[in-house]
Amino acid sequence: MITLTWVYVLAGAAFAAFALFNLADTSNSRRYGNAAFWGLMAVSMWAGDWLGDFGNGLLVLALVAIAGFGGLGKAKDDAIPDATKQERAARYGNGLFGIALIIPATALAGTLLFKEFPALFDVKQVTLISLAMGVLLALAVGYIWLRAAPSLPLSQGRRLMDSVGWAAILPQMLASLGAVFALAGVGDVVGGVIQQAIPAGSLAGAVIAFGLGMALFTMVMGNAFAAFPVMIAAIGMPLLIKQYDGDPAIICAIGMLAGFCGTLMTPMAANFNLVPAALLELNDENAVVKAQVATAIPLLAVNIALIYFLAFR
Amino acid sequence: MWVLLGIVVIVAGFMLRFNPLLVIMASAAVTGIAAGFDLHAIISAFGKAFNDARYVSIVWIVLPVIGMLEAFGLQERARGLISSLKGATIGRLLAGYLLLRQATAALGLTSIAGHPQTVRPLVAPMAEAAAEKQADTLTDKEREEVKAYSAATDNVGLFFGEDIFLAIGSILLMKGLLEQYGIILEPFELSIWAIPTAIAAFIIHGFRLWRLDRRLARKTAAAAQSGEGA
Repeated sequence: MITLTWVYVLAGAAFAAFALFNLADTSNSRRYGNAAFWGLMAVSMWAGDWLGDFGNGLLVLALVAIAGFGGLGKAKDDAIPDATKQERAARYGNGLFGIALIIPATALAGTLLFKEFPALFDVKQVTLISLAMGVLLALAVGYIWLRAAPSLPLSQGRRLMDSVGWAAILPQMLASLGAVFALAGVGDVVGGVIQQAIPAGSLAGAVIAFGLGMALFTMVMGNAFAAFPVMIAAIGMPLLIKQYDGDPAIICAIGMLAGFCGTLMTPMAANFNLVPAALLELNDENAVVKAQVATAIPLLAVNIALIYFLAFR
Repeated sequence: MWVLLGIVVIVAGFMLRFNPLLVIMASAAVTGIAAGFDLHAIISAFGKAFNDARYVSIVWIVLPVIGMLEAFGLQERARGLISSLKGATIGRLLAGYLLLRQATAALGLTSIAGHPQTVRPLVAPMAEAAAEKQADTLTDKEREEVKAYSAATDNVGLFFGEDIFLAIGSILLMKGLLEQYGIILEPFELSIWAIPTAIAAFIIHGFRLWRLDRRLARKTAAAAQSGEGA
C-alpha cells in the first residue's frame, strides 16, 4: 500500500540531493553549513520515526544552531541566462504550462480517484501522495519532451531551496512550538485572562471580544486552530452560546474565519506569509503581510458584524 | 501565569528581528521551564511534534519541477501570454485567480494551487507583466508590491474558500469540539455559514485590486501628461 512513508522517502531524497549539490559547490564559502542543514532534513524525512523523541529534538537543535548563527550561505547564482530562457520559451510555447499544470491536475485527479482504492492508497493521505506523483510525472515529461539534462531539476531546485533558506522549516517549527504551548496549558491561561477583560452584560461587547480575541490570539499563535478551542472555552461557550443563546453553528463557523483574518496579519503564520516572501525573493520579508492588512481588518469587522446580526435572531 | 512568558518571548523576538528559529526555540524553552518541565522533556516534546509535522515540509519536493520549468522559460512564457492579451490588467488577473482559488478550495481542492506550485512560476510573473503593460515602467517598490499582492491573493482565496468544503480540517475541528460540549452538528450546518464571509472577502479584496488598477492607470496618465509638458 502506498502511504505517507513513501512520500517521506521521496522528500528525503530531494533534500539529500540539495545537500550534495551544496557540498560540491565551492563558490559558497559556507557550503558545509548548507549541506549539513539540508542533510539533516533528509535524515528527518528518512529516519525520523526511528530517532525517538529526544533524538528528533537534538536534530531540531542542530538545525536551529546552523541557521540561527549564520551557518547558511548562498552559492554563486547559477540561474540560466535570460536570453536562453527567452529563446526556450519561444520554442516550447504554451506546452510549458501543460507541464506546470500536471502537478495540480494530478493532485486533483488523485484526490478524487485514489479514495476509490483503499487497498492501494492510504485514503487519509491521498492529497500528499498524489502531489508527489504529480511531481514525478512532471519530471518524467520534462526529461522526455524538453530533454532536460538529468541533473538540471535538482541543481535548479537546489538554487530555489537555498533562496528560501531556513524559512523553509519555519512552518514545521511553529507547529512544534504550538505543541509545547498546548502541553504547558498556555491556552487555558489566556482564556482566563480574556474572560476577566469582557464587560459584563453586553452582548455586543462579548461578540467583539470573541472576534478580536480570535484574530489576536491567532496572530500570536500563527494558527487559528490553536486559538479556536481557547476562545470557545473562554467566551463562545459560556457567554455567546449558553448565556445569550446564540446559534453555535454560526458562532463557530464565522468565529474561525475571524481567526483567519488574524492569520493574514502575522509573520507567525510563516508558511502563508514569510515563505512566499522568500520564494518570490522580496526584499521586505513582511511585504505579504503588509499587502494583506487592508483586506484583513475590514473583513474582521464584517465577521464580527455577521456573528452579531445572524447568530442571535 | 508564568507560561505566558513564552508569548512575550515570541512577540519581542519577532519585533526585535532576531532569527525566528532562535526565537521559537527560546520561547519553547521558556514556556517549558515555566510549566515545570526539565530540559530533556522540553527537547523531547519539541522533537516529537517536529517529527509529527513533517508533512508540512513535503511541499518542497515541487521545487525541482519548478526549477526545471523556469530554466526552460516558464516565467517568460507566462509574461508573454499576458502581454499578448488585450485588456489584461493586474486587477482583473488577480481577481480571476481569487475567484478560481476560492471556488476550487470550496470544493476541497486546496492543494492544487499554492505559493510554490502556482504563485511563483505563474501568477506572480503574469501579474508583473500585466502591471508593466499598465504602467510603462515599474519602480522596484511597485514590483515588490505586485508580487506581494499575488501571494496575498492566493492566501485570501484559500482561507475564505476552504471552509465552505465539508471535510476540511477546521470544520472537523469545530464539529469535534462542539461534541465535547454535547452539541451535535452536521458539517453542512457549519460550512454553509462560511459563504457570507467568502462573498465579503471577494468584494473587499476585489475592491482593493480594482484600486490597484486605478493607481497604476493614474500613474501612466500622469507620466503621459508630464511628457507632453516637457
